[in-house]
Amino acid sequence: MLLQVRHLSAAYAGVPALHDVSLDVGEGQIVALIGANGAGKTTTLRTISGLLRPERGEIAFRGQRLAGQPAHRIAELGIAHVPEGRRLFSRLTVRQNLLVGAHSPRARAGEDAAMERVLTMFPRLRERADQRAGTLSGGEQQMVAIARGLMLGPALLMLDEPSLGIAPKLVDEIFTTIRAIAREGTTILLVEQNVRESLELADHAYVLQTGSTIADGTGAEILASDLVRRAYLGI
Amino acid sequence: MDGDVLLQAIASGLLIGMVYALISVGLTLIFGLMEIVNFAHGEFLMLAMYAAFFGRSLVGLDPMLSLPATVGLLFLLGVLTYRGIISRILHAPMLAQIFATFGLGLFLRGLAQFFWSPDFRSVEAPFLAGLSGGGVEVGSVSLGVPQSAAALLAGLAFLALYLFIDRSRTGLALQAVAEDRATATLMGINSDRMFALGWGLGAACVGLAGAVLATFYYIYPSVGVVFALIAYITVALGGFGSVPGALVAGLLVGLVEVVSPTLFGFSPAYKYAVVFGFYLAVVLVRPQGLFGRF
Repeated sequence: MLLQVRHLSAAYAGVPALHDVSLDVGEGQIVALIGANGAGKTTTLRTISGLLRPERGEIAFRGQRLAGQPAHRIAELGIAHVPEGRRLFSRLTVRQNLLVGAHSPRARAGEDAAMERVLTMFPRLRERADQRAGTLSGGEQQMVAIARGLMLGPALLMLDEPSLGIAPKLVDEIFTTIRAIAREGTTILLVEQNVRESLELADHAYVLQTGSTIADGTGAEILASDLVRRAYLGI
Repeated sequence: MDGDVLLQAIASGLLIGMVYALISVGLTLIFGLMEIVNFAHGEFLMLAMYAAFFGRSLVGLDPMLSLPATVGLLFLLGVLTYRGIISRILHAPMLAQIFATFGLGLFLRGLAQFFWSPDFRSVEAPFLAGLSGGGVEVGSVSLGVPQSAAALLAGLAFLALYLFIDRSRTGLALQAVAEDRATATLMGINSDRMFALGWGLGAACVGLAGAVLATFYYIYPSVGVVFALIAYITVALGGFGSVPGALVAGLLVGLVEVVSPTLFGFSPAYKYAVVFGFYLAVVLVRPQGLFGRF
């Protein structure tokens, strides 16, 4: 198992956000995390990547304990977190954003190859390489955010709402890219409001409700479950 | 008005303006990185000037020779200030942050007065002051050698700083931390180390300014006060956190300070009143400063 999360709880300034989150992400899988707004999807990712300290529970990545380690060290271990809202360095150019993504020592040796890989994956970014990131469209910014995460050369790529606020015709492109990244061997933990698409994509999925994982199964099983059909698909 | 006199004033204003810019850029670097104003900045300058002074009087080293050591010491002082004080108050209320550095400044000034007396000192026979009789003629304009060297070094420092911030891996990481600390750490950047580096660089800039200023300015415990005041308005004028802003605003402040008494025929004693008046006028029209980014 690449990533194991057990009985994780976390709070923002004393306000509990996660009560009991447990999940497994296997090597090479796409794992989706679904749930209503405020269920704790983003908080789960933030706690895994070290932006938020867990109060209780364990996180193990390739057998190493992550809980309590600073975010920059967790990145160094090979977890790339592409945050919600993209969070690009808007004053830097596209290329500079990508270079910052390869800041970590683990990424430096493969920097040139990684740059070539992401520019091939997103040809539009090659055209825009010297443009300030803040001037790009939402879809292009999302491409930069994903590409910047890949520059780390991660074993696990965590994507938080990659299709949020993106033109519909680009959403398909983003999902196709996610599938391609997984096929090339990067494990993916995906948080998405686009439930149907992400479940169709996922090998395994977890349902979060008020800070706890309440159900899991293959993407197809969760998609077919009454719980999900009623709550998220309106069927 | 005599054209030569005006030309002379412009040249002198630009030279001192470069020194103002160098002092200010240290301040703007730190602010741009973490939105904390270093109110001990003037005292950092004072310490650098004393370092140059004691390098001469105790070891016999000319300020130009002790310059690398002075810059290095100030870098260290900046890092220590961050590690010892600033890192502990990063999440404290803004007033606590203000008084921490303000208190550090008062403390350093008191320390200097206690150990080194309030006497005005000057570096004995600095090499630059003796070089070519201490001045060079460019057409009708005469320029002091120490002042010209100070401006030249300041220019080189700006160039180096620009290349470092915009071209180097570490410089990009500094910019990333300045814009979005949390997201930068997701890239594997240790923001704490970047903050320490920012304080080191900021203090090193003012250290360089102090080392060259010591060759043509009196040295006393409160010498930093006036320079710091000018640096604060230069930073505000250029735009908080903007490096090119500090350069342009430093030159403007230097020009206004030296040219306006010449141009309008009042006593140079009022020069700071004119500088602050100019600052107020600009800020009323453009509160974010000339190159402000917010």
